[in-house]
Amino acid sequence: MTRLPPLAFTRSREFRRRPFPHTTVSEAEWSALAHILGRGDVTLLSLWGEDGAICMALHDPAARGVAVARVAAVRGRFPSVGRHHPPAQRLERVVADLFGLVPAGAGDRRKWLDHGRWGVVHPLGEAAAGRGASDYAFAPVEGESLHQVPVGPVHAGIIEPGHFRFTAQGETVVRLEERLGYVHKGIDALMRGAALSRGAELAARTSGDSTVAYGWAFAQAAEAAMEVEVPERAFWLRGIMAELERLANHLGDIGAICNDAAFAMMLAHCSVLREKVLRAADQVFGHRLMRDRIVPGGVAADFTRDGEAALRALVTEIRDRFPALVDLYDNTASLLDRTVGAGRVAPELARRFGAGGFVGRAAMRDFDTRRDLRYAPYDMLRLEVPVREDGDVNGRVWVRIREVEQSCSLITQMLNGLPGGPVLTAVAPSGRACEGLGLVEGFRGDILVWLAFDDRGRIRRCHLRDPSWFQWPLLEAAIEGNIIADFPLCNKSFNCSYSGHDL
Amino acid sequence: MRRFLLEGLLRRPLTEAAPGAGADAAGELGETLARDLRARLGRSLAIRVVDAGSCNGCELEINALGNPFYDLERFGLHFVASPRHADVLLVTGPVTRNMAEALRRTYDAMPAPKWVIAVGDCGRDGGCFAGSYAIAGGVAAVVPVDLHIPGCPPDPTALLQGLIALLSAANGHPGPSA
Repeated sequence: MTRLPPLAFTRSREFRRRPFPHTTVSEAEWSALAHILGRGDVTLLSLWGEDGAICMALHDPAARGVAVARVAAVRGRFPSVGRHHPPAQRLERVVADLFGLVPAGAGDRRKWLDHGRWGVVHPLGEAAAGRGASDYAFAPVEGESLHQVPVGPVHAGIIEPGHFRFTAQGETVVRLEERLGYVHKGIDALMRGAALSRGAELAARTSGDSTVAYGWAFAQAAEAAMEVEVPERAFWLRGIMAELERLANHLGDIGAICNDAAFAMMLAHCSVLREKVLRAADQVFGHRLMRDRIVPGGVAADFTRDGEAALRALVTEIRDRFPALVDLYDNTASLLDRTVGAGRVAPELARRFGAGGFVGRAAMRDFDTRRDLRYAPYDMLRLEVPVREDGDVNGRVWVRIREVEQSCSLITQMLNGLPGGPVLTAVAPSGRACEGLGLVEGFRGDILVWLAFDDRGRIRRCHLRDPSWFQWPLLEAAIEGNIIADFPLCNKSFNCSYSGHDL
Repeated sequence: MRRFLLEGLLRRPLTEAAPGAGADAAGELGETLARDLRARLGRSLAIRVVDAGSCNGCELEINALGNPFYDLERFGLHFVASPRHADVLLVTGPVTRNMAEALRRTYDAMPAPKWVIAVGDCGRDGGCFAGSYAIAGGVAAVVPVDLHIPGCPPDPTALLQGLIALLSAANGHPGPSA
């Protein structure tokens, strides 16, 4: 039995202010960590490649801390984590695609983001000319009277592209296999050598619906790495923006899920509320999605007293109108008939994959970075994290409903307690190489940003991990045994990001 | 539910009651648009949306066109599920190399006359993603573009304005693919 490395688990109040201390481990220790992950004592937050090394971030719920372990790749290989802990598999395939580093012992060696169309292989490692597109080998399915239904990458609705390969027996889905990577933009490569402001621009365009959360997570990582003192008021304004973003997305999702169950009235009413949130954001912060409003060092612009009144009016209106919509949802039997019991995620799977957001919380995973890995201003606010046991579409709707109520409460609390003062401080390169970690609760779940600077303040490596990484695989499991016609409903209730995942 | 339906009958529609200049402008835009459309295409225009690599920000605003404030369908504009039914291809994002073929095939599947609108700053030339190994370029790098609507993302009013501009151009001279 290999001795475990003494991992430096850092608590949030530490890593949110200072450079992140990573632990270098041996190959044997790395494998021992993979075993521990497989056992479920700690949660995998992410796994990513660097120049000649692999890193993984772990969360220990008992110690309420986060650790980053790094192992050097020897002759381009490293011991596979996915072999013991399936949630790491796709992340390892990306390391292989981008860096050409091979996870030794991994079961699945197929390419993931690389579809053979880039004209290059291993763009972040030892790049070489690509050999062109080849067929993707979907996992074989064997059995009586099975048929396959390929869907995508172009879908019927106004949504992002991805491919779903259904194997069905009659109408029932026996197996779903996803193939993603269609919107891979090469953000990791664009980040390399970029200035801080350019990095912030790219981070805010990783997943448009979470532009505030990404901007914040990136800023957090940069500020921690460079030990920047951010003005107090900026934290509170960031919090208000993040809750507005959550409100807008949850309201949109609740309507869209009901619409996918052919109940268009909910969509109409929810989209009115969503539009009001976006208009208030535009009025107060100058952009409907609040893009580029959070910058390293603070926020780009303060708001006025009119802005405060507009936000209070918005919260009042949502509080007035939303309960009737919740009643409508809860009292429409034909709608519940579709959502209750559909697309069930087993709590055990949610725990093992460390699924964040409503996907995890609807299946008993009681985790929220705002509460469990605290950051300002949430350390000063009252927050209840809704958790349910059902794990189905209905459960995910209810978690969103409760979170809408929580966000309203949080916005009111923040408006009441908003401190004065400046909102932006200048960020100067520290003149030495440094690394920082950002972890922010987006509407979809926890977003992780790992940021390393060189001694000139340029970005050496930026790794952005969307919550969808640990939710997409659960969708494959959740749809099993459901009918194909219920897939849009299940998929919408997950609402995973394609862009955030494909990068 | 009865209460909601009753309210819906008795209350003035949000589309008119919406406050602010933005909402009024959307109403005006809509009427001009409807006139142009009838001249060119009878009463309706079918739009197919393809995300060729966007961050999904543009999709959010395109979706917003359907909410009661903008209510796109009252002007005969509607989104369709198949390119076979479409007059206009609305493309978002820088075109990723992984999506280029799917975009080209979608375009090829549309009947003529057809128009292409590139949406968002990325749609022009790849925007902030230009130069990446994974990006083929703006939308025009893969399919012929008739109009570009800038913005990051363009708001719903800008999207409506873009549709009007396309129709004015289409009335002046036939589109390149017509």
